[in-house]
Amino acid sequence: MKKSKDDYLTIFFISIIGIYIFIALAFPMYAILSKSVENQDGIFIGFENYQSYFSNPALVYSIYNSLFVSIITMVITITLAFIFAYALTKSRMAAKGMFRSIAMIPILVPSLLSGISLIYLFGKQGIFRELLMGYEIYGPIGIIIAEVFYTFPHALLIIITALSIGDARLYEAAKVLRSKSVRTFFTVTLPSAKYGVISAAFVVFTLVITDFGIPKVIGGQFNVLAVDVYKQVIGQQNFEMGAVVSVVLIFPALLAFVVDRIVQRKQVAILTSRSVVHEPIKNKKFDTIMFIYCSIISVFILTIIGMCLYASLVTFWPYNLTLSLTNYQFDLMDGGGWDSYYNSIRMACYTAFFGTIIVFAGAYFVEKSRSVKTGRSILHLLSMMPMAIPGLVLGLAYIFFFNHPDNPLNFIYGTMAILVICTITHFYTVSHLTALTSLKQIDNEFEHVSSSLKQPFYKTFFKVTVPISLPAIFEIGIYFFVNAMTTVSAVVFLYSSKTNLASVAVLNMDDAGDIAPAAAMGMMIFYTNAAVRIIYVLITKKVLVKFQKWRIKTA
Amino acid sequence: MEQYLSVKNINKFFGNFQALNNVSFDVKEGEFVCILGPSGCGKTTLLRVIAGLESQSEGFINQNNKDISLLPPDQRDFGIVFQSYALFPNLSVKNNISFGLKTRKQNKGTIDKRVDELLKLVGLSDHINKFSAQLSGGEQQRVALARALAPSPGLLLLDEPLSALDAKVRQHLRLEIKNLQRQLGVTTIMVTHDQEEALTMADRIILMNNGIIEQEGSPQDLYSKPKTAFSANFIGTTNLFKAKKISENSLEINGSTLECSENINEDLFTVTIRPEDIKICESDNEKNILQGTIKELEFLGSNIRGHIEVDFKSQKANVICNFASEYILKNNIQNNSTVNISLQPHALKIVKT
Ligand SMILES: Nc1ncnc2c1ncn2[C@@H]1O[C@H](COP(=O)(O)OP(=O)(O)O)[C@@H](O)[C@H]1O
Ligand SMILES: [Mg+2]
Repeated sequence: MKKSKDDYLTIFFISIIGIYIFIALAFPMYAILSKSVENQDGIFIGFENYQSYFSNPALVYSIYNSLFVSIITMVITITLAFIFAYALTKSRMAAKGMFRSIAMIPILVPSLLSGISLIYLFGKQGIFRELLMGYEIYGPIGIIIAEVFYTFPHALLIIITALSIGDARLYEAAKVLRSKSVRTFFTVTLPSAKYGVISAAFVVFTLVITDFGIPKVIGGQFNVLAVDVYKQVIGQQNFEMGAVVSVVLIFPALLAFVVDRIVQRKQVAILTSRSVVHEPIKNKKFDTIMFIYCSIISVFILTIIGMCLYASLVTFWPYNLTLSLTNYQFDLMDGGGWDSYYNSIRMACYTAFFGTIIVFAGAYFVEKSRSVKTGRSILHLLSMMPMAIPGLVLGLAYIFFFNHPDNPLNFIYGTMAILVICTITHFYTVSHLTALTSLKQIDNEFEHVSSSLKQPFYKTFFKVTVPISLPAIFEIGIYFFVNAMTTVSAVVFLYSSKTNLASVAVLNMDDAGDIAPAAAMGMMIFYTNAAVRIIYVLITKKVLVKFQKWRIKTA
Repeated sequence: MEQYLSVKNINKFFGNFQALNNVSFDVKEGEFVCILGPSGCGKTTLLRVIAGLESQSEGFINQNNKDISLLPPDQRDFGIVFQSYALFPNLSVKNNISFGLKTRKQNKGTIDKRVDELLKLVGLSDHINKFSAQLSGGEQQRVALARALAPSPGLLLLDEPLSALDAKVRQHLRLEIKNLQRQLGVTTIMVTHDQEEALTMADRIILMNNGIIEQEGSPQDLYSKPKTAFSANFIGTTNLFKAKKISENSLEINGSTLECSENINEDLFTVTIRPEDIKICESDNEKNILQGTIKELEFLGSNIRGHIEVDFKSQKANVICNFASEYILKNNIQNNSTVNISLQPHALKIVKT
């Protein structure tokens, strides 16, 4: 068939987005892979770097350590999150909304903030250090507690979704058959949530194994892969070895990603059958137990965040406990001062703005355009890849690619632009999936109707698709903003003295021993993200409703 | 009359699966053509090929003396109504209808006038500012129709436009669409799996099965002169028998020899007879008389449908007949009554198997 003007425009835009993803993802990843097989002078030396890596017992031991903390955290987080999600979906306990909001708090702070909090709680001068009965918080114990805090909401969201799709008709059938609730749990609840649980487990595993903030802050002598990458690059300036460890780190993340994709596909198949929402019945004993459980978890979360808040306000821990804003005078310390906070805000705004546009446009072409089948598949595949790449690895890859003297894009190195591009890429996949899910719910015939009416596709896009998708678009924007504020791993290699960031300042101040200001800066990130989320809720409640009159049935 | 649209030797493959097999037909200007067939036979695919939303693997399409085989949809001249209606939910009825009017820089007054005209045409003038979520299924259907007609397309394509509606609304809209089409004189192709819909609305029916055209013709032709067993069976209700040739005008069904008005050419073939063409006979004057037992009587209002077990010479076989209700009641015919029926020679039709 001949190409229409729409087809040419589509090809044009798909190419632009495709080229963007190639520059932001494919080329840097190629750069890091080739760096791992070169020596310091850039000469190809085969697998020599890998040989020297695997003959260094200290480095190899990190693999074992990484797997150890990742697996233990995975088991603990999934267990805790499953019960919490079960309480939220299958009980009639009070204060569900409050518990849910509290459980989401960890998403709003940089992961390493929980490490700092643990130091205040259980460190050498900690309030509760006796509770550890002589064990050290610095090391695997601290890492695991902090990682559980950090990964809990991620697991919770996935498991809640999985539990909510359990078909009410199955529960009714089970009741009619007088099945005991324990038996119902094992024959109805667990099987339908199975894929969600598996998927959550792999997400947690990946988050932990690729996280470097927490082990950096509270790991002590306990080395893990992610910290090794950081140390090789920042500490020893050994970029080649950094590249090798990065490649080693990609493997478990890639494996988890593949398993997750397979499992997700099965989950979708369950979803398509027309399920009816299950309304749980009142059961006083069960509801009370669940309420107590959720309260304990909430207290744990609030303690961690509350400790940070307190520590940030105490004048000089533990000698002068009067409250003041001394620790918020960032301009008096190293780490970039208040500028780094403003940089973060700017970076988060740019990321949210440009990221949302790129992601939504990309998802639109993948899902809705009629032509260029192959181009669309390639675009989708590229959009899924960032999920499998640890932020630290991405950041290092950017050094190799953009800092190369022959690269015409060299000029963006050390600017705000590279931070924004890197962050958009780092969080691309989840946003892409959110956009796809929302677009899939829109009738595919809209594009066909508009071409039969001789209207260009972008008219339908702006007049129909975008307005209908506004909730998802806002969701994506918020996701980018919050993550841009908290991320450390991808940007830690890329900031310059002019583009210092708040989350990196937390890391550097902690490193320099200014723990209280680090906590204060972490709390600034928390306040900002919490405020943005609250404003978002208000907007969706008030403003969006006004613009979405058409969703309401009666005029 | 001039052929407005010619579809020539269209083949369409999805991988190895052939959805359309050498499909050819013509549509005259102003004609209302129904593409009828069971679900999955390729009707929607054919419609989408005509619209350019799906590209044919082989074949040509001519519209208004122009080869459009390779043109993308936005360079073809048609309006389409989908099964889902695909109304833009965030646009009002007015903005849905005017969506296709805004290209040629028409001024606002002209557009408003055209929208009013169309709303009057489909009887929705009071709903101009509503959104689709606030309209009933039938109203949404009519907005979709108005939107498709707004730019005055040369060809109107309808894909099962009534299938999502309940029976009453459907019957009403059948007439309305038909009247509208006649009034505007727009050439129309409608896809449906409902034979009653096709029979009541179409000037001409194109009957499809498994990606091929089984038969085309006026509704009367298709009903009274089915060419194939599939045609006879799909349109209306019928009886089908395997038959053997005895001579030019006589045949054998289950051992019984019957007379037939048509000339018989093949040795083994299929014959069909409509239920309403079977008569109960009171005298011996009729031809092709057989005896049978009433197994069941279905009351259909003015008619009663009888399921009769007929004693052919070599074996029994079930035959469906329609009788006037009055006749059955007057003669006190009940289950297990014995009756004589006549398979009239002119009503026995030879069809391709
Ligand atoms: N995009 C497609 N890919 C593969 N097979 C298809 C596609 N569209 C339709 N088919 C197949 O072609 C056949 C005809 O489909 P369709 O034209 O939709 O049937 P109808 O409208 O008559 O119910 C069906 O067997 C269907 O499964
Ligand atoms: Mg169809």
